[in-house]
Amino acid sequence: MSQLITTPRLVEAGTSNTSHIGKPTSRVEGPAKVTGTAKYSAEFNVPDMLYGYVVTSPITKGRITKINTEPVLALAGVVQIFSHENVPSLAWFDRSYKDDVAPGGSPFRPLHDNEIKFNMQPVALVVAETFEVARYAASVLEIEYAEDKFDTNIDLKRDEGHEPGSGKTGFMPPPPPRGNPNDALKNATHRIEGEYIHGAQHHNPMEMFATTVEYHPDGKITAYDKTQGVYNVQQYITKIFGLSKDQARVVNHYMGGGFGSGLRPQYQVFLAVLAALELKQSVRVSLTRQQMFSFGHRPHTLQYLKMGTNPDGTLAALHHHALHETSRFEEYTENVVNWSGMLYQCENVKLGYQVAELDVYTPLDMRAPGAATGSFGLEVAMDEMAYAAGIDPLDFRIRNYAEQDQNMKKPFSSKKLRECYHEGATRFGWDKRTPEPRSMREGNQLIGWGMAGGVWDASMQKAAAKATFTADGKLLVQSAAGENGTGTYTIMTQIAAETLGLPIEAVTFELGDTNMPEAPVQGGSWTAASVGSAVKNVCTDIGEKLLKLAQKMEGSPLKGASIDDVHFADGQIRLSANPSEAVVVRDILAASGEEKLEAETSAMPNLIKQQPYSMHSHNAVFAEVRVDEDLGTVHVTRVVNAVAAGRILNTKTARSQVLGSVVWGISMALMEETVMDHTFGRYMNHNYAEYHIPVNADIHDIDVIFVEEEDDKVNPLGVKGIGEVGMLGVAAAITNAVYHATGKRVRELPIYMDKLL
Amino acid sequence: MNSFTYTSATAVDAAVREKSTNSKAAFVAGGTNLLDLMKENVERPTRLIGLNKLSDLATIENNPEGGLRLGALATNADTAWHPEVEKRYPLLSQTILAGASPQLRNMATNGGNLMQRTRCYYFYDLATPCNKREPGSGCSALNGFNRIHAILGASEHCIATYPSDMAVALAALEATVRVSGPQGERTIAFADFHRLPGDHPEIDNTLETGELITALDLPAQGFEKNFTYLKLRDRTSYAFAVVSVAVGLELEGNVIKEARIALGGVAHKPWRVVAVEETLRGATATEDNFREAATALLRDAQGYGSNNFKIELAKRAVVRALKQATEMNQPLDANAFLNSNP
Repeated sequence: MSQLITTPRLVEAGTSNTSHIGKPTSRVEGPAKVTGTAKYSAEFNVPDMLYGYVVTSPITKGRITKINTEPVLALAGVVQIFSHENVPSLAWFDRSYKDDVAPGGSPFRPLHDNEIKFNMQPVALVVAETFEVARYAASVLEIEYAEDKFDTNIDLKRDEGHEPGSGKTGFMPPPPPRGNPNDALKNATHRIEGEYIHGAQHHNPMEMFATTVEYHPDGKITAYDKTQGVYNVQQYITKIFGLSKDQARVVNHYMGGGFGSGLRPQYQVFLAVLAALELKQSVRVSLTRQQMFSFGHRPHTLQYLKMGTNPDGTLAALHHHALHETSRFEEYTENVVNWSGMLYQCENVKLGYQVAELDVYTPLDMRAPGAATGSFGLEVAMDEMAYAAGIDPLDFRIRNYAEQDQNMKKPFSSKKLRECYHEGATRFGWDKRTPEPRSMREGNQLIGWGMAGGVWDASMQKAAAKATFTADGKLLVQSAAGENGTGTYTIMTQIAAETLGLPIEAVTFELGDTNMPEAPVQGGSWTAASVGSAVKNVCTDIGEKLLKLAQKMEGSPLKGASIDDVHFADGQIRLSANPSEAVVVRDILAASGEEKLEAETSAMPNLIKQQPYSMHSHNAVFAEVRVDEDLGTVHVTRVVNAVAAGRILNTKTARSQVLGSVVWGISMALMEETVMDHTFGRYMNHNYAEYHIPVNADIHDIDVIFVEEEDDKVNPLGVKGIGEVGMLGVAAAITNAVYHATGKRVRELPIYMDKLL
Repeated sequence: MNSFTYTSATAVDAAVREKSTNSKAAFVAGGTNLLDLMKENVERPTRLIGLNKLSDLATIENNPEGGLRLGALATNADTAWHPEVEKRYPLLSQTILAGASPQLRNMATNGGNLMQRTRCYYFYDLATPCNKREPGSGCSALNGFNRIHAILGASEHCIATYPSDMAVALAALEATVRVSGPQGERTIAFADFHRLPGDHPEIDNTLETGELITALDLPAQGFEKNFTYLKLRDRTSYAFAVVSVAVGLELEGNVIKEARIALGGVAHKPWRVVAVEETLRGATATEDNFREAATALLRDAQGYGSNNFKIELAKRAVVRALKQATEMNQPLDANAFLNSNP
């Protein structure tokens, strides 16, 4: 122990410069990203690396009858070809292949046998000394197939849907009917019904899936993998390949977008690990853009809604049924219809949810899974209902405002949707809208205003974090969380810095490594709540240790104070009752002689506190479109999105996230669809040229409002997460605006010009 | 992608000689389409003859006919922003700028633009039959997903469309294609350059073996007063035309002295019907006359399912384009921007 005693310095009380939460702090990893030092999975270069190139099936169903590997193996630079013919014996049971986010059923096992279950199924991995050789070799590898008949068209399976027998994490079967939905509909004053459809959509993050497996001399591996959950990938590969956790480290520091596509381990990580272990050499496998269409997608979904109103414009009955595709081997589920039972007050509700098996790959959670789909159907139907009842669409929603969650029969922990409606409508100028379709125009342009909204879960999962505070006054916080571009690095840095009263620059947050404490997969909008709470807890633990040491300092003004009696600000521990009584944090370790303080802890949802409540975020979206009267082209010229999602940790990164959501909503409304040719069972527009997402010229004014919402039940931070909620209702608001502009009710996305001619 | 060798040509005749003696050789300039096709294994040349050092072909200058000669190796960007093109052929400038992206236009050349191949999904995907890629294998688009496919001039063997924007304006302007071949130089009228699929959809144009495009000649008439390029697409930029229309009008008061109408995105080549343009000569520029012309232009159109809508869309686009071209010298109203960018 050092004998150095530092006299506590007197400081002036006043506002803190280390209050960071809620501030528009710029991305802490921004410089690394724009200078290229941020490394993505395919950018880790290790010595003696081999390159794998995936060969995919051109057929949809059947069997591989022959693989002619010999001439390809003879090519210079080709090292090995992996296929079902030479894959070593791996784990036997389905449970070994199930990841944290797997739905029910038997997960797809790459190269397991000669059976083809879906088009573009990976059937071989060609490994070579260079990527170019591997790619060329893959292009000349001859594989013969025997084809079977297949079904890929959900339209032909309308009668074969069934309720899913199992679910995946987060899936809630719809509640049983309430009230008397059939009679109530029959007796309603006004009624509407309609079918609402969107096709398959693929996530298409900019960064392609890739894994670089570094093979260490002791036989251990490090997998730099594109994933939203390093622990999920670690348990997947360790179970399949019979490795212990210390033999397989999984790392992901940065993602060029995920949107849900990285929730489950993708087949490239399996193939890269397989090749590295078999060849005892480092291997990288990168997918091509075309191959990005060979796995999960937002399922092609058919929704049927019926609604009726009472004479006073309240909802008399609501029926919402959804049917979507799943694969033959897994039963993918998402919550499509449940939202309809909770967004509006209605005593007579019937919700139905079915899936049908097709010869496709298993669908996969894609931003706001289920809710993006359900809010499209529900909110377009609500617009139709409002028109049928002769009520303004906004007024109609306010008349049917749900004060409690009727699905759960619980009050909301907080719900500021009314404020979203009000603030959004005011900003948009909704009161200037003339309700008649085709009543607003300029020249050839029909102008339409539409609105919609949505609801998403405020969830929290168990997460852990570790903190190390060193004598130089720096704080390092680590958790194996994900950062797919949303701002995780930044908000965790803010939380840690504020908890210990430090400047942003004194804090480093690291993530995405199985050598760090465990965090859940980054999804469900729960990272801010879950990892944020763990970071806050672990920093509070460090704070307690600092306080104890500070109290040992000679003349310490903090003697006898408990952690609740002090606060951390401006690099000091201050007595809350008299902030001028303080100790400088940097002096504490010096005084104690300790080189560093460490803490590791976790955070869990407080189930007892949460149990009485339904916890959700909400939003209201207002959109303006201009439709060319003759040509049917649609431009979304204005969007206002008002979001109530609890406390906003960083107004800058949060706004960016909602801007992205709105852009995606515009994309869903006007452009996105993966089109399958059912003759081949193959997605035909499997590239960026033909799978359209907006370009800058498609995006005009987007206004994001965060409505103030305090919530002390969801978690100690009061955050609800914003990853999904911003996207809800955007496609519906645009669809409704198109109706207002043109008088044409489109019920199938995307709204290409064809549909408005 | 196949292995290939690359040589950089230093003279046109040597390049032509090399290409005509090697059936697996291909010319490459900007490479904005060829490299894609090679990566997809749709094209597998074993020898690439680079043209970019033939700087004589990169010029833009007056031609003896009072028009402009656009070098085959001038980039699309340099052409679109060339002061003489902007002044005398604003239709061409506008049309080029409606295509691709700035990055692609900086690489793509005028000659290469004419050599673009179709964007049919099936042509690009080796897992599906395609007569254009593999003659005799069948046309998958005919009964498949054919929203972007042809409604005019198609055959039972191929319903692909030709994707260029620039070529639609060149068709309207009646450009001439200058080529060098083993037999020397010759010129090809623009209307004769691209061909319809017929029984040989694998052949896109009328170039003979070894022939190289050296320049495009524009005639003196540039329709610089009344023109428009109307491009309808699924997003505002970086998308191929679902339907496009290039219009050039010569007006005397409200009377049409000369009209050119070329359609893109509807056929295996830019679509023009001279007889329809002739009916407009001497007619007044009214919406009724435009509609009549549009109906006549699309009289033989045939849809294949997903693309049926294109017939009506093309008619409306023709009417709109003719109106826009007529009205362009009238005072602009506040909506001019949106109106010209549907």
